[in-house]
Amino acid sequence: MHIPDGFLDAKTAVASTALAAAGVGVALWQAKRILPARQVPLLGVTAAFVFAAQMLNFPIAAGTSGHLIGGVLAAVLVGPGAAVIVMTAVLVLQCFLFQDGGASALGANILNMALVSVVTGYAVYAATRRLAGGTRGVILGAAFAGWCSTVLAALCCAGELALSGRVAWRVVFPAMGGVHMLIGLGEGAITALVLIAVARARPELLDARTEMTRPGQALVLGLIAAVGLALFVSPFACGWPDGLEKIAGNLGFEHFAAEKPLVSAPMPEYGLPGLKGAWVTPLVGAVGTLTAFVLAWVLARTLTPKKES
Amino acid sequence: MRHDFLDRYSRQDSPLHRVSAEAKLACAFGIVALTVAVPVTAVPYFAGLACALVAVTLVARIPFGYLGRRLLWMEPFVLGVGVLTLLQPEGWKVFLGIVVKSTLSLVTMVLLANTTPFAEILRVLRRVRVPGLLVTTLALMYRYLFVLVDEGERMHRARAARTFDQRRWHGWTTLATVVGQLFVRSTERAERIYAAMLARGWK
Repeated sequence: MHIPDGFLDAKTAVASTALAAAGVGVALWQAKRILPARQVPLLGVTAAFVFAAQMLNFPIAAGTSGHLIGGVLAAVLVGPGAAVIVMTAVLVLQCFLFQDGGASALGANILNMALVSVVTGYAVYAATRRLAGGTRGVILGAAFAGWCSTVLAALCCAGELALSGRVAWRVVFPAMGGVHMLIGLGEGAITALVLIAVARARPELLDARTEMTRPGQALVLGLIAAVGLALFVSPFACGWPDGLEKIAGNLGFEHFAAEKPLVSAPMPEYGLPGLKGAWVTPLVGAVGTLTAFVLAWVLARTLTPKKES
Repeated sequence: MRHDFLDRYSRQDSPLHRVSAEAKLACAFGIVALTVAVPVTAVPYFAGLACALVAVTLVARIPFGYLGRRLLWMEPFVLGVGVLTLLQPEGWKVFLGIVVKSTLSLVTMVLLANTTPFAEILRVLRRVRVPGLLVTTLALMYRYLFVLVDEGERMHRARAARTFDQRRWHGWTTLATVVGQLFVRSTERAERIYAAMLARGWK
């Protein structure tokens, strides 16, 4: 999901960088105020851990393998606010050392994978976890949140690509959305499995971290993630007027977009190729979400230890 | 994991390695921004930049084979997203533009990483007032990245040497246990690091 250089136009890069800077700024500002000094090394080490975990390949089928993205895992383990900083560090290092994700798209990548993924994932986790208590709730929440956060981050990424005029929305949406609906299943399963392993070894690690984020901060971060989704996804998905184009026009940084899009403006036409009608996208989305939730529930049922203490 | 497999040539000596990190960082970002912003029809610009990058590679004495391998490693990501553009009318023009732009940007960033040690980049980030907590996190991450990747691989190898179960699901659960255990060890390591930092006067 790392966007390389050259895929975003100026207005999308500027807007996503501004949002990412705002989100990471809020997280850093709060962390500076409430993060106990003894937790500071934990951020760096957790970032290194996420990076190391991404290098372990989970075999899928026919020689292919996938790996963890880690947004929800980090959010559950160190709290959403700290996880934003952790994932930002991972992405910055990947950009500078691995050249994974372009320098000009760093803001967009941070917005997708450190903000939207972490914050929406944590919100879904916190909400779903209550549906079933104890370990089962943790597994259910983590598995479903892993799926939701992967899909939402992918949609945000798709929206950025479409808004940049490089790829038409009706091409990039089914491609990114569809692929990540599958990848999300793996992400959810791995996140849940890792959390059970942590719960078995050191159960207190799962509960101690939420103190590191305050409700107010979570709200602001959630707002920024929502603005990101509204800005990049809703113009296509809902047929609302293109907010970013309007803002770009108002602020007068339209002319930075030196390159005229070669493809005519992405059409607000939704749905899979060959299927017409406005109801297709919501239907596919609803069915996908429901399937993921049921699978998460089944996973939680099978994996919950028989005797809960 | 070899500690220098990411930026193998960043610590050698050449005229370019001696240039200040600030200048190199500003230059690399300028080039990337310009490359992304110019229209695809500006062929002379792309050709000129390509020649300049070749010259820089020669001056910095970075082997072309290494550069090629890094590109080969990253290019699938570019092509993977790029191929989506082919699914629309006139898509090949967009595709060509994207591939040229991202490849040139990629080479620029590979050259930056291999002429500037990461510690220098962190120093510049601190200097341009990137919040201290983020820089500290990045510095600690860079320091322990190799330790944790090695630890993860060691645990993974130990696991593989002891289990012979080929069932996929079982493989997933054991691998997830490795990851979970890695996190537990990471937090314990973070506690030791904190004690060590305090002992050395960090505040």
